[in-house]
Amino acid sequence: MSKIIVEDLNFYYGDVQALKDVNMTIEPNEITALIGPSGCGKSTFLRAFNRMNDFIKNTSVDGSIIYDGMNIVDKDIDVVELRMKVGMVFQKPNPLPKSIFENVIYGPKRHGLKKKHLQKELVESSLKQAALWEEVKEDLNKSGFELSGGQQQRLCIARCLSMKPDILLFDEPTSALDPISTMKIEDLLVQLKEHYTIIIVTHSMHQAARISDKTAFFLNGEVIEMGETGEIFSNAKDNRTERYISGKFG
Amino acid sequence: MKDYHDQLHNYNTKPKVMLNRLFYIILLVMTMFSVFVLAILLYTIIRDSWGWFNWDFITSMPSRKAENAGIYSALLGSIWTIGLTALFSIPLGVGTALYLEEYSDKANHINRFIQLNISNLAGIPSIVYGMLGLAVFVRFLAFQRSILSGALTLTLLILPVIIVSSQEAIKSVPTNLKEASYAVGMTKWQTITGVVLPFSIPGILTGSILGVSRAMGEAAPLILVGAAGYINFAPKSVFDAYTTLPIQIFNWTSRPQAEFQKIAAAGILLLLIFLLTSNAIAIVIRNKYQNRID
Amino acid sequence: MEPSKTRKRALHIENIAKRTVFLFSSISVLTTAIVVYILFSESFIFFKEVSIVEFFTSTKWSPTLRPQNFGVLPLLTGTLMIAIGASLIAIPFGLGSAIYLSEYAPKKVRKILKPILEILAGIPSIVYGFFALTVITPLIRVFLPQTQIFNALSASIAVGIMIIPMVASLSEDAMMAVPDSLRKGAYALGSTQLDVVLKVVLPAAISGIGSAFILAISRAIGETMIVAIAAGQSPTFTLNPLNSIQTMTGFMVNISLGDIQHGTIEYQTLFAIGGLLFFMTLSLNILARWIVKKQKEKLG
Repeated sequence: MSKIIVEDLNFYYGDVQALKDVNMTIEPNEITALIGPSGCGKSTFLRAFNRMNDFIKNTSVDGSIIYDGMNIVDKDIDVVELRMKVGMVFQKPNPLPKSIFENVIYGPKRHGLKKKHLQKELVESSLKQAALWEEVKEDLNKSGFELSGGQQQRLCIARCLSMKPDILLFDEPTSALDPISTMKIEDLLVQLKEHYTIIIVTHSMHQAARISDKTAFFLNGEVIEMGETGEIFSNAKDNRTERYISGKFG
Repeated sequence: MKDYHDQLHNYNTKPKVMLNRLFYIILLVMTMFSVFVLAILLYTIIRDSWGWFNWDFITSMPSRKAENAGIYSALLGSIWTIGLTALFSIPLGVGTALYLEEYSDKANHINRFIQLNISNLAGIPSIVYGMLGLAVFVRFLAFQRSILSGALTLTLLILPVIIVSSQEAIKSVPTNLKEASYAVGMTKWQTITGVVLPFSIPGILTGSILGVSRAMGEAAPLILVGAAGYINFAPKSVFDAYTTLPIQIFNWTSRPQAEFQKIAAAGILLLLIFLLTSNAIAIVIRNKYQNRID
Repeated sequence: MEPSKTRKRALHIENIAKRTVFLFSSISVLTTAIVVYILFSESFIFFKEVSIVEFFTSTKWSPTLRPQNFGVLPLLTGTLMIAIGASLIAIPFGLGSAIYLSEYAPKKVRKILKPILEILAGIPSIVYGFFALTVITPLIRVFLPQTQIFNALSASIAVGIMIIPMVASLSEDAMMAVPDSLRKGAYALGSTQLDVVLKVVLPAAISGIGSAFILAISRAIGETMIVAIAAGQSPTFTLNPLNSIQTMTGFMVNISLGDIQHGTIEYQTLFAIGGLLFFMTLSLNILARWIVKKQKEKLG
């Protein structure tokens, strides 16, 4: 059964339409990559899954995104509940000005996890899942800012994982990182899909080709083509997709 | 064309450079004037209070005889009023700033009106707040000429200062930190207490210290709400009559005898020690905080 | 861990917090509303007793003595003298300091001078009042022996000194906002700093500086303790700065020191003068903001 079903999704910034009749299904335990030139609507689309677009004034949306039996586009759903299940990692690593420990436990602590030993267990397991534990286990009280860029991004992933989410959204998570850090994050994503459903926006077609199972190509707010990643990259049906993938524009 | 170039190269720049130099010196003198005045002012106060500013002065009640007069009741009065003012004004000011920066829709007319209104309130002379306090706190709410009336009046006076500086501090919190908090399912208030306030606290503190120090030096509004010139007991509750350092100083300054000018200077010295210390703390916090942003 | 329970609590707190901060922010609006209401209602009663024509044309002010006179002109001229005198000090010195700090001063010097100006701005007006009475007045009397002990000149100099930092800081902000590219363009043509200041920076920052001047005047009009201490308590219709005078604020302090009864004409006088003061300073503040806004619109 599909994890998420998007039907006829339209999104507007004031009068400007950013997404046009988007239809898509997201399968569980897969990585779905969203690619396309900047301004094509892929980030707007990603941010619709955890309603981060709510912070932008003057936007409107219609259509539906069905997840867990609810239409999460609906104004009346509990967005906080939604964001607990749909985690997000941003373009620029954004550790909070707190210790590594406090960064990881930030969400669960405020959602009611007060017992110290449970917190410790959760921090350890989340950091292990994020492949950061070995590097930081000695200095959990150090500020998150003291880590390298790649480590910071994995810390942010651990912060997400500690909430035990169902879906993970990644918004160009490696665009601010060096190639080695990028590789580590990519390996991590492939491991994580065993337990989570992952949607990633990426500016790098190679990244999409390397890690994703499905790829969707966006252009001017429309999904031009979506399918198995291997299929899209070797045998695109639409010639705009092919031209984008071969670097003719973008 | 050749003529023109000759003219350009022979052009005497000396007068222009001299004039520039002269201008520089005038500006420097003008700037140093303030430093000079500050030095004279501090010198005068230390000279006049020499021999009068001592432990007895701080721990004695005021008296009709200058030699016996002390500032104890005014010092306690100031601590009471300023403590209460800080207690009221900081939560109110920070709360308002949070509403304006985090909750309100900035395009909304009502919120723009609130913002405009705060800027206007900041420009109203302090004595007008005294009238407000007189009509509302002293008479209408019948708090009489009490510490409470004084503190509430000073609260309204410094509220705009605290609101505006807190707003600046809150604005400087990076959006991506707030997003990090929202993305793990935090409510707005949880994001405020978890991210926004911890990050902006130095800025809020600086503004609050400056605002509260301003209240500490204010005399005019307190005269209108009835701080007394002569109090010879220590206040026991917020409903007691009181005097404060600036009021006591004003009272002494207004007396013709030269000795009272001396104890006025001693009172000023005490007031300045408080204010300069708190200003210095505020400046240090701010400088540290600016470095963090860089 | 029972998420739904903590969730409910968080939502509950969120609701309370939102209402509370909104309530807090309404206090500032309420303050203005009450100020305006009080000033209007008390002044209204005052003008039922005193004709508005007498108030603005009579040159005698003696509301507490018999026969009572209610001509505000002496208080207005007193206030005007202080405001003009203070501006004559604060505007040139404030602007001069601002030009020095923004265009000439090396970084190190700036780092020392700025806090000193801030300290000067943080000194309470009561201290400047004391300074006027014990330092400035005796100094004036050395050169002009006919000067009265309490006089407008001494008080206006002290008020001027007190608002130098404000003029300096606001003007400096305006000059700092002038893009550096404009300065560099002028320097590249071989201009001296003087040329750049006079022909590039000042014209570009003129609206900000103008609004700083207006705010300074407004501040001088509302200044209270310096004039209460050093300018005297005699409401005389004069323009001689060596005389003892009374300003609007000085009168308000003076009448409050006595025991005035609610409902008497003296009590209402306080509010009539306060209303006039509020109106004058508010108009100047709005004018200052309007100038800056106009300039911003012009620049797009």
